[in-house]
Amino acid sequence: MVSGLGSRGNPFYGRDVLSILDFSRSDLEYLFAEADRVRRDPSAFSGELRGYVLATAFFEPSTRTRLSFQAAMLRLGGSCIDLGELEKSSIAKGENFADTVRMLDAYADVIVVRHRLEGAARFAAEVAEKPVINAGDGKRHHPTQAMLDLYSVKTLKGSVDGLVYGVLGDLKYGRAAASFILGLSLFKPRKVYLISPGLLKAREDVKEALRERGVGFEEVESPSEVIGELDVLYVTRIQRERFPDPSEYEKVRGSYVVDSKLLRNAKEGLIVLHPLPRVDEISFDVDGTPHAKYFEQARLGIPLRMALLKLVLKG
Amino acid sequence: MEEGLLVRKIREGTVIDHIPAGRALNVLKILGLTGREGLTIAVVMNVPSRKLGVKDIVKVEKRFLEPSEVDKIALIAPSATINIIRDFQVASKRRVEPPAVVTGILRCPNPNCVTNSEREPVTPRFVRVSLSPLKLKCAYCEETLSEAEIVDQLVSPYG
Repeated sequence: MVSGLGSRGNPFYGRDVLSILDFSRSDLEYLFAEADRVRRDPSAFSGELRGYVLATAFFEPSTRTRLSFQAAMLRLGGSCIDLGELEKSSIAKGENFADTVRMLDAYADVIVVRHRLEGAARFAAEVAEKPVINAGDGKRHHPTQAMLDLYSVKTLKGSVDGLVYGVLGDLKYGRAAASFILGLSLFKPRKVYLISPGLLKAREDVKEALRERGVGFEEVESPSEVIGELDVLYVTRIQRERFPDPSEYEKVRGSYVVDSKLLRNAKEGLIVLHPLPRVDEISFDVDGTPHAKYFEQARLGIPLRMALLKLVLKG
Repeated sequence: MEEGLLVRKIREGTVIDHIPAGRALNVLKILGLTGREGLTIAVVMNVPSRKLGVKDIVKVEKRFLEPSEVDKIALIAPSATINIIRDFQVASKRRVEPPAVVTGILRCPNPNCVTNSEREPVTPRFVRVSLSPLKLKCAYCEETLSEAEIVDQLVSPYG
C-alpha cells in the first residue's frame, strides 16, 4: 500500500508504518493522544476492531513484539492470524517472500512483518494492498518500538523535549536504538549522548538525521562519563545475530553494564529504558531502583499499539 | 577550441562534451564501443575547459544514444553535454541530468538488502539525494551509493 494522507485529520489512516521518519512530530503527538485515551478507558475500545484481522509474519525469532501486536488486536476485539514457525510454513517449501505477503494480503486487513533483510517491509508494502507495519527489518528500522519508546518518555517524564538522553549499546547494528535516535530527531532534546564501544558507533545516516534537524549530540564510550547529566538512559542489547563477523561480536560482548553502582551518580529522576529482552547489560540489582522503567515501558506497548492499529485501520 | 585542432568535425553523430577528465573511456564502455564496430570514434582527454578546468570529449560518427544510455552517462558524467550533429551542424544540444529515480540500472551494495535476495521479484531502485557530489540512496534499505561506487558499478566487467 502506498502511504498517503489520512481521513478526518487522522494522519495514520490506511498508511504503511515503515520508518519512524515517515511521520512528523505532530503525527506522533496525535498517536500519543490516542494512546492516552486507550489507557484512560481501555474498555471503551474493546469492540473497536471487531471483524478486522491482523496477520503477523515474523521471518526472524520474536516473542514480545509479535505478542504485543496480537494482544493489542485482541483487546480491540479483532482477530489474529500468524504465519507460524518458518520451518512448518510454506516458506519451508520454497515460497518466496513476495508470494507469502500476497497470500496474507488476501487473508488479513493489516500485515505486521519482521524480516532479517533490510528493506523487506518496504518491499512488502509495495506488494500488498493492505497496510504493512514494519516490526523490524535487519539493522535499519523498528518504528513501532520507537513510537512506544518516545511515548514512554512522554508518559514518564511529561515531555520528550528539553531532556538529556543517553543511548547506550549497539548503535551500529541495533535497529531499536537507531529508530529511537531517529525518533528523537523529530523532537527537541536538550542533548543526546551516543554511548557505545568504538566498534559499535552510530551509523553516519543516523547522525546525519540529528545534524539535519539541529539536535546536539556527542559520542562517548562509557556511560560513567555522562551518567550524572542524563534524564533518560536508553539501554540496548548487543545483538549477536546482527554481526556479520562473529569475532567482532566477541570483541565487544559484555563491554558495558548498567548496575546500581553506576546509578549512584545518576540524577534522582533518571529513567532507565530498554526495548527488552535484556541479557546482561542491565544488572538485576537495578530492577528494584526507582530508575528502572523498562517493564513499565513494555506495558505501554499495548495501549500504543492499540492506538496505532485503530488509527491505521479505522481512523 | 584546442580540441578543434586535434579532431576534425563529424558529419553525423553524437558529441559528448564536458565529461569529467579521465572518464571518456568509461563513457565508451557504457556505450559498448570497442572500436571494432567500424564507426569513426574520437576520444580527446584532458582538454582545457573554462567550466571544468580539464575535460574529456567523445565523438562518435553515425551513432545516436538511447535514453537508457543517456541516463547511464548522466550517472558517471553528471556535467556532460550531448550534442547531436547533422550535416556538420549542431542540431541539438542538451545537458544530461542524473535521474531523480534510478531503476534497474544499479544494484545495491548492501548484501543484506531485500533487492539482493534471489527469487524475489524486486527491481533495485535508487533515489537521488545529492547532485554534486552525486549520491543515490537505495529506496529499500537506504544504503547510500557514492559517485565513485556508481562509476565502479557501471564500468565494472561484472556491472
